Amino acid sequence: MFIRKLGALSVTGLRRTGRLGLFFVTTFFFAVTPPLKFSQLLKQIQFIGFQSALVIFLTGAFTGMVLGLQGFYTLNRFGSAALLGPMVALSLIKELGPVLSALMVTGRAGSAMTAEIGIMRITEQIDAIKLMGLNPFRYLVVPKFLAGIFALPLLTAIFNVVGIFGGYVIGVKLLGIGEGTYFGEMSNHVTVQDIVQGIYKSLSFGALIPWVCCYKGYYVGYGAEGVSKATTQAVVLSSVLILFWDYILTSALF
Amino acid sequence: MKMFNEHGIRGRAMKKFDLELAVGLFIIAGIVCLGYLSIKLGKLEIVGERGYEINGVFSNVGGLKAGAGVEIAGVTVGRVKTITLKNYQAYVVLSFPKGLKIQEDAIASIKTRGLIGEKYVDITPGGSEKDIEPGGRIRETQPAIDIEELISKFVFGKI
Repeated sequence: MFIRKLGALSVTGLRRTGRLGLFFVTTFFFAVTPPLKFSQLLKQIQFIGFQSALVIFLTGAFTGMVLGLQGFYTLNRFGSAALLGPMVALSLIKELGPVLSALMVTGRAGSAMTAEIGIMRITEQIDAIKLMGLNPFRYLVVPKFLAGIFALPLLTAIFNVVGIFGGYVIGVKLLGIGEGTYFGEMSNHVTVQDIVQGIYKSLSFGALIPWVCCYKGYYVGYGAEGVSKATTQAVVLSSVLILFWDYILTSALF
Repeated sequence: MKMFNEHGIRGRAMKKFDLELAVGLFIIAGIVCLGYLSIKLGKLEIVGERGYEINGVFSNVGGLKAGAGVEIAGVTVGRVKTITLKNYQAYVVLSFPKGLKIQEDAIASIKTRGLIGEKYVDITPGGSEKDIEPGGRIRETQPAIDIEELISKFVFGKI
């Protein structure tokens, strides 16, 4: 009995993973082949990018400020408070910027994607789109996918810059590190490679969030309960995958 | 009816304009931030380099990194461009701004800022009339000082 259950569990798990992979392949195929719904893409960039900008601005500012504060007290123990600038900048650019902005976008835009597609599925609108001879992937999934890839690096860049200036406000204005020290040491230690790493990370997160969230919405269960469950699962799964993929990328590539 | 219709059209036009404006603003803000990061902090050279290069061979660079500063009298004037290994010696390419002349007998030495600070290249100007041509070699080089070796020599009384 136990063995049978174990077998059923692994078969289901494998089937779902395969479906997730196939969903990615399909989305990717329709994303690179021509007819692109440009107005939909624009709308999605506005939704994922522009409307997340305020949240990104706030989280970036407070992350930078707390990094400035914590970093100052920690570095002060070793008498190297002058290195506060590079510490704030490197931890933002390489790690916190991409990951935190991806998590914020998951919470703000990813959950909405799942709910939107999920409700379209349970009210049979996706079947209606298919019946009209339109491709639901092209119309619903691909614009979100491309908009995510496009918007996340830009959001991450905004997050980083706002965070660096948040650290500047705390470190220079409040704790009295020299302004030249803060920015000068920063540009001594930050290299183009660090910035490129951050961009690679945020590009991959930008693909990951719409992929997982659209998948969860596309294969939603039944009724309102199904949609709520799918939304929760989408946020949890993509948050975990973001952190997992962040580790893999950091250890394997850089 | 006509008024309503007109209003409806104008409403839609406004909305489309707002959408495009929002996306445009977002893209500009993002690209400005990206540019600030990569040019100001990452020292990405887009406009091309206005300067010239001089190479030098060091027996030991002690962990000097590409992108480190090159200083004369404590003023950062250039950058370390590349570091490669040639004949088991470190081959370092330094880039200088165009107007700055480096004399033929100038000395390039690798120094450390503080006890645990980063490494940089210090140029001590020479007195020669001749300058090093772009792409030329700086002959006088001093390797990085190995503090551990220095301490061990001191401890075992070889100084």
